[in-house]
Amino acid sequence: MGGMAAPQVAPVETPDTDEVPVSDRPWVTIVWDDPVNLMTYVTWVFQKLFGYSREKAEKLMLDVHHKGKAVVSTGARERMEHDASQLHAYGLWATVERS
Amino acid sequence: MFRRQGDRYVATFAVDEVRVLRKVASEVVGLLTDGFDHTDPVVGRLFPDAYPDDPAGTAEFRRYTEGDLKTAKIDQAGAILAALPDAAGGEVRLDAEAAEAWLRALNDARLAMGVRLEIKDGTDLSEELDEAVAEDPTSSRVFQLSVYAYLGYLQESLLNALID
Repeated sequence: MGGMAAPQVAPVETPDTDEVPVSDRPWVTIVWDDPVNLMTYVTWVFQKLFGYSREKAEKLMLDVHHKGKAVVSTGARERMEHDASQLHAYGLWATVERS
Repeated sequence: MFRRQGDRYVATFAVDEVRVLRKVASEVVGLLTDGFDHTDPVVGRLFPDAYPDDPAGTAEFRRYTEGDLKTAKIDQAGAILAALPDAAGGEVRLDAEAAEAWLRALNDARLAMGVRLEIKDGTDLSEELDEAVAEDPTSSRVFQLSVYAYLGYLQESLLNALID
């Protein structure tokens, strides 16, 4: 995902996630598929909350729908918890974990 | 169903629709106040575990977020109750802020009903409804399924009006 809420890291030589010590890895907010939320609504929420373009929001929504989940934001743990609670306010099923 | 009129979102509701909307919004408020119970799967869906594999992390997250989240959800259900015409049917006119509160509140109501009705991925609503009618047309499930479907249409119409 094109570094929307990604931490400020050098664009070159970003190491593979696997090689970064666990404690240095950023956190992610994940949205899970659920049978009730309308697809158009989920897209709208992603645009509204994260300022994503329609295209990007739709792609994320389709990932949630087809793959069962999608990472919707990346960054510091506190920030991710804020995102998750916002998503809960909109009724989306969001969780937080280390990437 | 909602449509846009200038900077307002407008819908005309029949008396039965007003009654249903008042009922579902009140039920959501009830669920979040007197009836608040974490072991209720509906509450579980409206307040998901932030850390499914970490109860302590989830509890900590709840401590900081749940109060505000609950207030927000009560307020948005309250936005429906506040905008509905008193007794008979009539027109509802929402500004952008109220329209968004309605959108979130309609979604909460659908989530709650979806849990109770055991809506799954791939549930065909009209099939469910046909089956329920065949079994007992006067059952509460028939009524609940119709309301659930109605709320979906209403939410979608409001969303389309907002996106327009």
